Amino acid sequence: MNKDSGLSRIILTIALAMCMRIAPLPGTIALLNPDWVLLALIYWTLALPERVGIFHAWTFGLLTDVLTGRLIGQYALAYSLVIYICLKLHRRLRQFPIVQQGLFIFFCLLLSHLLLFWIKNIQHPSQLQLSFWLPVFTGTLCWPLVYTVLRFIRLA
Amino acid sequence: MAVIASTILLATEYRSPRLDSVRTTLSFFIDPLKYLVDLPTVLFQHATDSVSSYSALKKENERLREEQLIHQTRLLKFASLEKENIRLRALLENSFKLGEQVLVAEILSVNMAPYENIVLANKGTRFGVHSKQPVLDANGVVGQVFRALPFSSEIMLITDPNHAIPVQVNRNGLLTIAVGSGKLNQLNLPFLPNNADIRPGDLLITSGLGGTFPPGYPVGVVDDFTPQPNRSFASITATPKAMLDRNRELMIVWSNSTPVPLISKQTVKETDTAAHPDE
Repeated sequence: MNKDSGLSRIILTIALAMCMRIAPLPGTIALLNPDWVLLALIYWTLALPERVGIFHAWTFGLLTDVLTGRLIGQYALAYSLVIYICLKLHRRLRQFPIVQQGLFIFFCLLLSHLLLFWIKNIQHPSQLQLSFWLPVFTGTLCWPLVYTVLRFIRLA
Repeated sequence: MAVIASTILLATEYRSPRLDSVRTTLSFFIDPLKYLVDLPTVLFQHATDSVSSYSALKKENERLREEQLIHQTRLLKFASLEKENIRLRALLENSFKLGEQVLVAEILSVNMAPYENIVLANKGTRFGVHSKQPVLDANGVVGQVFRALPFSSEIMLITDPNHAIPVQVNRNGLLTIAVGSGKLNQLNLPFLPNNADIRPGDLLITSGLGGTFPPGYPVGVVDDFTPQPNRSFASITATPKAMLDRNRELMIVWSNSTPVPLISKQTVKETDTAAHPDE
């Protein structure tokens, strides 16, 4: 795989993740829609840590901010922190079985969601329902799927 | 470093609109994605349009023509009523605002954030849309433009929990504020006392206070009034008039901010003749 096509694959998959992020879903399913962009970013960091790093995470975070109409920097902050942790631990994570990896992903998603929750509360304190945390769980459940699909794309 | 950079960005944007240009630039990359996500819906509509039968189209055409006739006759009356209103206001030495321009926009079927009632429309600053513009549909007030990007604009619906709209009861002119509830079919009126003269079925219209919304457009219908004797305010809910969850077409309004100057009784006659030179 040459260098150029690798990068274009990464960008394409993340663009696809962004599309899925804003896909129009009916009521309850919309609440479950996980953070696909972060999942894709985590996969690429674990697979190609020398190519995808904090800078990419930060840039795609900014784009996600614009995509979902948030304060600029919100997702950038969350994504770069999570990707920093992934970069530090990627050697160990690759050895983990899928369940243990899933647990790690769960904490990554939880961290990013916590940051978003915190920023939202500073902005305007609002009572969010418990279902605000649901995407963390669905994201974890979707991880094996994301992992297989992106692995297929990477090796194709 | 990234943490510091994003914190600075967050703080700046929270306090000032200085980062709008950054958002605009980034939206050039992002907006195509929004249109891409919207594409299946558009294609589906095209498909249904192209396979709908001749008789169905004809029926719809007839229905629309009838509807148009009815509206046109109503408008005839409206013109004379408006003139009468101007004259009456002139007698009261009051100014009258008129002239609103509209732009028809379409909602993109995109889900931005599940906990906010914000929708995306396909017209942006390229069409002169700017933030805080009122948005209507055929039945009533929809919301206001929250943020305008070059090719799209984010519209906050009146039912968003962070949105409040000054309203007036059409029956008796009682002024209050309608606050969004977060549900698409409910508005709350939290600032009316227990003895307020309001009952289910009352029409709420925009009062024009606050300056964002032009006065006189229907907002909702009161559907429940429960006095709460142990509290200072009653619990009142209303249903929005606009079809917030069904309509795809919206109208973005430019209200004429300069009112028609005060007119004396003499000039009323003059403007009347000037307005209808053919009479």
